[in-house]
Amino acid sequence: MKRNLPLLIIAGVLLAAIAAGAVLYRRMKPAPQQPAPQKSTHTVAPGADPPRARGQMSAPVMIEEFGDFECPPCGILHPILKEIEKEYGEKLVVVFRHNPLPQIHKHAYDAARAAEAAGMQGKFWEMHDKLYEKQNEWNVAPDPRALFTGYAKDLGIDADRFARDMTAEIVTARVTLDMRRGRSLGVTGTPTLFVEGRQLPPEEVSAEGLRRAISAVLQEKEKKQ
Amino acid sequence: MSAPEINNISGSADSRAATSSHRWPYLLTALLSLVGLADAIYLTVKHLTGQSVQCTISTGCDAVLGSPYASVAGYPLAALGALAYFTVFSLATLGLYGYRMARTLLVIVVGLMTLMTLRLIYLQAFVLNQYCEFCLLSAAITFSLAGLMLVLLMKK
Repeated sequence: MKRNLPLLIIAGVLLAAIAAGAVLYRRMKPAPQQPAPQKSTHTVAPGADPPRARGQMSAPVMIEEFGDFECPPCGILHPILKEIEKEYGEKLVVVFRHNPLPQIHKHAYDAARAAEAAGMQGKFWEMHDKLYEKQNEWNVAPDPRALFTGYAKDLGIDADRFARDMTAEIVTARVTLDMRRGRSLGVTGTPTLFVEGRQLPPEEVSAEGLRRAISAVLQEKEKKQ
Repeated sequence: MSAPEINNISGSADSRAATSSHRWPYLLTALLSLVGLADAIYLTVKHLTGQSVQCTISTGCDAVLGSPYASVAGYPLAALGALAYFTVFSLATLGLYGYRMARTLLVIVVGLMTLMTLRLIYLQAFVLNQYCEFCLLSAAITFSLAGLMLVLLMKK
């Protein structure tokens, strides 16, 4: 018996730890909500508020992109999305949500904060576009922060304030809130797109796929009217 | 039956570790690792339930624990911490009862934990520019464990 005492103690602590974790989990787990008749990103919370949106939030179709500025497929998608935005005009609003993956993209988190810091001076989308356009320049830099400041200056942003805002709590919090939203929606990779709350399958993340999804939403809404 | 006798029976124990003067570092290691385990379980549950963590002393708990560095391949880093603390507890308990290999394994595990902790402190200080008190508590525990490992190594 005494010989097995350490093993019994270890097993006891393991059981107690699992039980404590389970009890805590049950206590903290939010109560399941009634599912909405149709899952829509217009009503799903949270995420950084207000969201970074290009277009009117009242537009009939919302594309919500979970992106990482350093991810090459996101960079490829960028001009495609801009083309789609032009094509659909006021019918479309594009919301960008941060989902940096620093385990594989070491500057992604800094890039997300650079975009948000630019957003503090009303230039989020300008920096968003710049970061994607210059992706191959800054992603190989040992420390891209000087490049980000350079982009900020090019965009007419106050560089001193930009540098301060890069580490501001509000900027970090906005990125965090977006990531938390992504997690709650099951986003694991980037780019992940939701068209009116419906996740676009990876094989449909293309100009044609987006057109199909947007047209389907528009047709659905027309039928309802 | 006394502990050294048990060790002789088992044939896998170091009778020196069972003497009272050698037991206190193991005992303290086991107790400290339990505190670390509780901290890590709390953070793991918070992560899994998607709840924000409010700090009372510092201000950056939510920012640090919601950052991309708080997950590894989609799993909460705190869960890895819980596993590490449980391993330390198990090894310290075995060491307390005179198991020969426990000390070596403890030193290796705590060494790895210390390296990981240094990286996490660097991330908080220089990348996120935010501190989380639950992470700092874990860091303090790990550094204390590292100190205890030095004591164990000196006790030959």
